[in-house]
Amino acid sequence: MSSQATDAPKREAVSGSTLLLILKARTFIALIVVFVFFAVMAPNFLSAANMVIMSKHVALNAILAIGMTFVIISGGIDLSVGSVVGLTGMVAGYLVLNGIDLGMGWAIRFNTFEICLIVCLVGIIAGAINGFLITKLNVAPFIATLGTLYVARGLALLSSDGRTFPNLGGSEEWGTDTFRAIGSGDFIGIPISIWMLIGTGLVAAYIARRTPLGRYIYAVGGNERGAALSGVKVDRIKFFVYMFSGLCAALVGLIITSQLVAAHPATGETFELNAIAAAVLGGTSMSGGRGRIGGTIIGAFVIGVLSDGLVMMGVSAFWQTVIKGLVIIAAVVVDQAQQRLQARVALQAQGALGK
Amino acid sequence: MSQRELAERAPVGLKIRNGTKVYPGTVALDAVDFDLRMGAVNVLVGENGAGKSTMMKVIAGVERLTSGEILMKDEPVDFHSTDDATKRGIGIVHQELNLFPDLSVSDNIFMGRECRRFGIDIDRAEQREQTRVLMQRLEHDIDPDTMVSELRVGQQQIVEIAKSLAQDARILILDEPTSALSAAEVEILFRVIDELRRDGVGIVYISHRLEELIRIGDYITVLRDGKITGAQSMQGVDVSWIVRNMIGDASKSYAKAEPHALGSPVLHLEDVVLLRAGGGFAVDNVSLTVRAGEILGIYGLMGAGRSELLECIIGRHSHARGRIEIDGNRIDGRSISARIRRGIALIPEDRKTDGLIQIASIRENMTLSSLRDFTRGFHMDLKAERGRVADFVRRMTIKIASPENPVASLSGGNQQKVVIAKALMTEPKVLLMDEPSRGIDIGAKAEVFRVMRELAKEGLAIVFVTSDLEEVLSLSDRILVMADGRVTGEFDRGDANETAVIRASAPASAERHLTHSEEKTA
Repeated sequence: MSSQATDAPKREAVSGSTLLLILKARTFIALIVVFVFFAVMAPNFLSAANMVIMSKHVALNAILAIGMTFVIISGGIDLSVGSVVGLTGMVAGYLVLNGIDLGMGWAIRFNTFEICLIVCLVGIIAGAINGFLITKLNVAPFIATLGTLYVARGLALLSSDGRTFPNLGGSEEWGTDTFRAIGSGDFIGIPISIWMLIGTGLVAAYIARRTPLGRYIYAVGGNERGAALSGVKVDRIKFFVYMFSGLCAALVGLIITSQLVAAHPATGETFELNAIAAAVLGGTSMSGGRGRIGGTIIGAFVIGVLSDGLVMMGVSAFWQTVIKGLVIIAAVVVDQAQQRLQARVALQAQGALGK
Repeated sequence: MSQRELAERAPVGLKIRNGTKVYPGTVALDAVDFDLRMGAVNVLVGENGAGKSTMMKVIAGVERLTSGEILMKDEPVDFHSTDDATKRGIGIVHQELNLFPDLSVSDNIFMGRECRRFGIDIDRAEQREQTRVLMQRLEHDIDPDTMVSELRVGQQQIVEIAKSLAQDARILILDEPTSALSAAEVEILFRVIDELRRDGVGIVYISHRLEELIRIGDYITVLRDGKITGAQSMQGVDVSWIVRNMIGDASKSYAKAEPHALGSPVLHLEDVVLLRAGGGFAVDNVSLTVRAGEILGIYGLMGAGRSELLECIIGRHSHARGRIEIDGNRIDGRSISARIRRGIALIPEDRKTDGLIQIASIRENMTLSSLRDFTRGFHMDLKAERGRVADFVRRMTIKIASPENPVASLSGGNQQKVVIAKALMTEPKVLLMDEPSRGIDIGAKAEVFRVMRELAKEGLAIVFVTSDLEEVLSLSDRILVMADGRVTGEFDRGDANETAVIRASAPASAERHLTHSEEKTA
């Protein structure tokens, strides 16, 4: 009698934790589902060529989303990344095409490596400006980055009077002929942009899980006051996340400019929204303190596979947008259910201790 | 006065019978019987955490009793929400005011029950007129169109009272109404209370200022640990009677500390000043010295500046002035993390907002202040971290299912131990504890105190803040009493007694107004 009574809650707890496991892996399961679905429904979906193209698409959003994930975990938001992609792309295009004009017919020319460094620096500076506005001037992250969104986009347009920098093939003379390789080259059969995604992902995951910096990012997002009283330098952490996000945007700017062999000032519009969507789909909490880099990358893949697959199936672009929106909403609804369940399982475990 | 006369003059308007309220981990009210008399001031007194606020929340419909019943006119009532209580004529003015700062006085008073024309748009003229009448009754010349944010705290309190009166409150609960008032405002409030009493309103008055209670009260109820320890008419009640009932004759035996030798001074403060946001001082030229192995208890009422003092020491307020030294080295002007590295650790009063990251795991919370110890370069040694956490969980006897569970799943006592473990992991020389026993049950309290004793014996200097008289008397080697941001009394363990400590903790404004009223009567 009594054994039955104690068994019942135990069984419930077990089924609870199984359900929890399924819910935790939900983004991954969703990825497999869409993948299998399109493999069956769309011809050529599984071809190697298509895989490469699709991953290249995904890489752009995934890199942005990785930077965005840190920002959201820290309790903020970065709306400026799309514009920074546009701005850094224009900087890259300008440097390949013209170098820096010193006047009197002199100009400094940079090789590919130097251009990459400068472009990354521009991205980091854009992030630092966000960080400065948010920490030192106390502007709400949403507003601060909304402001820099406009400023960066305006600067991108100003840099060329709204025109495109064409034919960024580079020249051997200046050492810029390798610029195209960023977007179109490959290493042991895998495109460079995928390698960049892998690199960014590994570094970010390492920061998140194995460094104090990562722990502090979670702490600041979970409870800023509490973190500060525990000795976390909150301002520094916030500076870091926005600068890292700016760096990610610069990487994407480089890749796109190189892929297109041209820099267009409108590049990257609404990219910030895709990045936020990928992060949320991957289980990042918009209120801060919770999220995983791996989850975000899977989230980016779900969005990427979904949109490419729908294109291949011939679904209209309008419907694609609707479906993408529904998937994101569904993800958040399931996320809420997971949080409730997780809290219950933890309480049950604690309750089993009799205290 | 005979019982019958009493009943005629002040009939009982509301009764609680056998009322019990259980929160997870603590019993806030333990089978209390309470009579609320109409046309009288029912004074309620007890230490923080004794259950006063819980009892009032039950009456006002904010909380519901776990068991027992509330009777009005001898029939049981069941308040599901504050609305139910309001309909029965019960109004409450909370200690923290619940006003909308950016709305006008009349908008605030009629919030949620606006006067409407044809049930559609708000009849501002009518609201304004009614507000003016209310303000006249309360002898306050406050324009109904003033924004609440432009009023002084005392005036805001009046608006809260007007809000209750506008709802025809027959029972009015005032939770520490004078804590933010000036002496003149207290006088006006007392006149208002007098008038309401004549109108037959039953008033419940909660305060820590004992002289004030004796002056204004008709009936007194003393609470201790969720039980009523004294209830009678105010005649013949004096301060020592109240104190006796508040703390009881038999002390909650927290075994006295074994005497041990104190070391050299570790923490030294000189003229620490912190300005209050609304003007005046939160901390007013406080100087003190704490020696290694010493437990310094700081006693005072809420708002006496105790928590602010600890926050100044840890470095939360960058605009605080004064000299703070640890082992002879100045640390004022340094960041919180630098101070933690030099040996200061704070256990904040509010675990939820200051002490813990609720959604993070127990492990992550515990090591947050001391991650440096597991880090080489920028690489964290997670295995060493887990080992350290397991070690502290054992040492502090924290009951947890797994260190990976969110800290929010723990009971208050265990959460507090996690906060203490976090502080101890930084190997501090001075431990600042702000109300270390707040919101935890008796067993966990004893446990926390045992830990404090052991730490002091090992040579840690402890500064702890409490509003529990018994705690401060039995735990501390030395007691400082604070009021209005100043140190108003210092006692060695030997020569401290309840009455002296309580007297020292009375804010100056209350004293001023007492002497003032004495002069008037003389």
